[in-house]
Amino acid sequence: MELKLTLNGRAVAASVEADTLLIDFLRAQGCLSVKRGCETANCGLCTVLMDGTPVLSCSVLALRAAGHHIQTLEGLQEEAADFAAFIADQGAEQCGFCNPGFVMNTVALLRENPDPTDDEIRAYLAGNLCRCSGYEGQLRGIRAYLDHKKGRG
Amino acid sequence: MDKLKTVGQPVRKKDAMALLLGKPVYMDDIVPQNCLVVKVLRSPHAHALIEEINTDVAQKVPGVVAVYTYKDVPQKRFTMAGQTYPEPSPYDRLILDQRLRFVGDAVAIVAAEDEAAADKALKLIKVKYQVLEAVLDPHEALDGPILVHPEDNWRSLCPVGADNKRNLCASEVCSDGDVEDVLSHCDYVIDHIYHTPACNQAMMETFRTYTEMDPYGRLHVISSTQIVFHVRRILANALDIPKSKIHVEKPRIGGGFGAKQTVVAEIYPAFVTWKTGRAAKMIYTREESLIASSPRHDMEVHVRLGASKDGTIRAIDVYTLSNTGAYGEHGPTTVGLSGHKSIPLYTGNLEAFRFAYDVVYTNRQSAGAYRGYGATQGIFAVESAVNELADKLGLDPVAIREKNMVREGQVMPAYYNEKTNACALDRCMSRCAQLFGWKEKFPVRDMGNGKVRAAGVAMAMQGSGISGVDVGSATIKLSDEGFYNLSIGAADMGTGCDTILAQMAAECLDCPVDNIAVFGADSDASPYDSGSYASSTTYVTGKAVERACQQLKENLCAIAAQMLECKPEDVEFTGQGVRRLDGGGEVSLMDIATKSMCGNEIPVQVTYTHSSPVSPPPFMVGMVELEVDKETGGVEVLNYVAVVDCGTPINPNLARVQTEGGIVQGIGMALFEGITYDEKGNLLENSLMQYKIPTRLDMGHLRVEFESSYEPTGPFGAKSIGEIVINTPSPAIAHAIFRATGVWHRELPITPEKVLMGMKAKG
Ligand code: FES
Ligand code: FES
Repeated sequence: MELKLTLNGRAVAASVEADTLLIDFLRAQGCLSVKRGCETANCGLCTVLMDGTPVLSCSVLALRAAGHHIQTLEGLQEEAADFAAFIADQGAEQCGFCNPGFVMNTVALLRENPDPTDDEIRAYLAGNLCRCSGYEGQLRGIRAYLDHKKGRG
Repeated sequence: MDKLKTVGQPVRKKDAMALLLGKPVYMDDIVPQNCLVVKVLRSPHAHALIEEINTDVAQKVPGVVAVYTYKDVPQKRFTMAGQTYPEPSPYDRLILDQRLRFVGDAVAIVAAEDEAAADKALKLIKVKYQVLEAVLDPHEALDGPILVHPEDNWRSLCPVGADNKRNLCASEVCSDGDVEDVLSHCDYVIDHIYHTPACNQAMMETFRTYTEMDPYGRLHVISSTQIVFHVRRILANALDIPKSKIHVEKPRIGGGFGAKQTVVAEIYPAFVTWKTGRAAKMIYTREESLIASSPRHDMEVHVRLGASKDGTIRAIDVYTLSNTGAYGEHGPTTVGLSGHKSIPLYTGNLEAFRFAYDVVYTNRQSAGAYRGYGATQGIFAVESAVNELADKLGLDPVAIREKNMVREGQVMPAYYNEKTNACALDRCMSRCAQLFGWKEKFPVRDMGNGKVRAAGVAMAMQGSGISGVDVGSATIKLSDEGFYNLSIGAADMGTGCDTILAQMAAECLDCPVDNIAVFGADSDASPYDSGSYASSTTYVTGKAVERACQQLKENLCAIAAQMLECKPEDVEFTGQGVRRLDGGGEVSLMDIATKSMCGNEIPVQVTYTHSSPVSPPPFMVGMVELEVDKETGGVEVLNYVAVVDCGTPINPNLARVQTEGGIVQGIGMALFEGITYDEKGNLLENSLMQYKIPTRLDMGHLRVEFESSYEPTGPFGAKSIGEIVINTPSPAIAHAIFRATGVWHRELPITPEKVLMGMKAKG
């Protein structure tokens, strides 16, 4: 079946099967930041933005994205690098396998709520599992970024 | 000693931004997408023989390239455990076997052009099983009527007390002093059995491997592994081909925690590529990673702990029954830590100890290596027993530990008679108590809303590498423009060892970390390293880095001396170059690098190999404050404070995050994670829906600090940190829950259901 959508700002037309999942379509398109950590919509690793809203690409059929704008981390490098550097300064990237999903959801959080409290951060990112970092360093990184931004602004 | 410049600094990990920005660095990101997809048909029975297997229809599915059964594989048994040869783990595996030993055991291998074809073929393989009675309960395994490995070509390479005709994977007894006699003279003896079920590493990247034939006719393996060199040997054993025919490298790894110290996925695509000549990959599903991998050994630890009225701990007797499941990977070795890394914590006044164990085969998923490696299980038991003792005697659990804990300079009979050269456990305890507010938080507080707050404590130790066994090597090379290449065979699995080892090199060579380009790990190109496990990399490989840099500096001075027309002893290394001590000239690193490539015979590349006769333990104290909901049995962790003595923290940021990550895994183990089976041997937690790992809402607030000691045998005084950090949460949490509810939970995980039932039963 023919699928047309906008991927990271670029018009894409491709043929997919009716049961192709968005995650597999995106990886086939070269968006390799999108990771799979489970088959049960539990880990958040596959998070991408559909029209700006985070979705689990493992649980969306590729065809459902027809006509929509999908963004992956490949398309948000600068916006992400802004705060990711602060997470790097905590050493909280660790193995990194969960990072793309977590970073995408953080992008969405910060767009929605530019000045979240720690509890708001925890709640928003609760669906993003990380087995390495123990989460605390990710939080410190985001907090440091927010503090830095305030100091700047 | 001069003040350190790079070691001890929170240097950013070299690959940090690449990882955070989602660059394609993992196995499935970097291999050709048009390779064969490999899948495995898995046994629906816990114990069965394949009577007939017909693959004709499956082979005909368009896109299917090959289907293999037990009739197609080499008949030499091997182990998948990544250990130094001769492996203590028995040779009890075939790539595919006619006998199936657990639900999920491999029945057939399918290779196809795409996933859909592979999936279709899996469904079309016709198997007639002769279903056999299974042995699921470890208590019934030893000398029971059902044998998991009756085969005659089963082999144990080391004297570990194994006997397949008894379902015995290993057994041993060791002791010091007369434990029965001392126990009989103790005022109190705590005598309980503690049970830690199997739990899964659940690293976010599942097992995965890519294989292809290289232009030299060798098998090239790209695998998410902690052990490139062991993978080479194990694949050669499994395929029954020369080791020279195999080349293994690892890309970035999406977490390991010991899981990837076992060759879980590698053998399948390797077999396919070797047979077909075609490139192939195998990506484990999450379900496969949960049902057919290498989780923590399910252990039952029987502790008898004797003390006098004043709280002096005089004797400890530990017996561990470990369940290795269907195969013996890491079975004979994990179990040892359950006693050898728990009992020595109480060396202080200990008059006698005994430690005995049996490791049995059952028809469950085979176990493997998981962070903590048996110490976690033993420490849950012994630390719980000490907390029970403190309660019985009405003593403060912190005070009873201060009275009995191991201290610097003591010889630990239960730890191979090693001496603690560096031990800040006492300082960890007092600092932790102060940071946590032990005095205020230990008393139980009824919050008046049906909730009760309480606190618990535990100590822990681990090792730093396997003494006399683990080998770490480093190659350091001066290159153009005066930068350095550091090659290692240790595997950075996210922990940051590439950066930590570069920090050490930068310190030795007096240069910025950016001047060190790190490479690893590759079985052809890296110097030999046992691999990243047993908390060895910082301590063992780190020392190799230090020594290699030392030697390189001497070589650079020799080249510079020629250039400066003087003797090597008349120059000194400055970091930027080498200068004559008499002030008569200087050459830069770039000059030396240039010279090294023109008419030079002195190597500017040095490899140093290190092994340590000792394994200095890191130490740690953890304290938890939690709240129990008396209505629901729900437990909420509020605060966790830990103070760690890992020797010198080489990179305090990475040490901190390791600690935090380990604590959260430990909280998961204490409260939610555990593998259970139905009566047919089906594993129940086969997805992340059922196997719940902690989210960021399940962990409360963490606070981690360091109390450093200086380990003279380690690089810059360092010991290890990777594993110890998972050990304190289970006993500390069980302790706090007892304080809140009056019920000791001696079996993990302590679910709300168990808490509630416990309170009900108590009335
Ligand atoms: S892959 Fe786990 S939620 Fe999508
Ligand atoms: S960094 Fe490894 S899972 Fe999050």
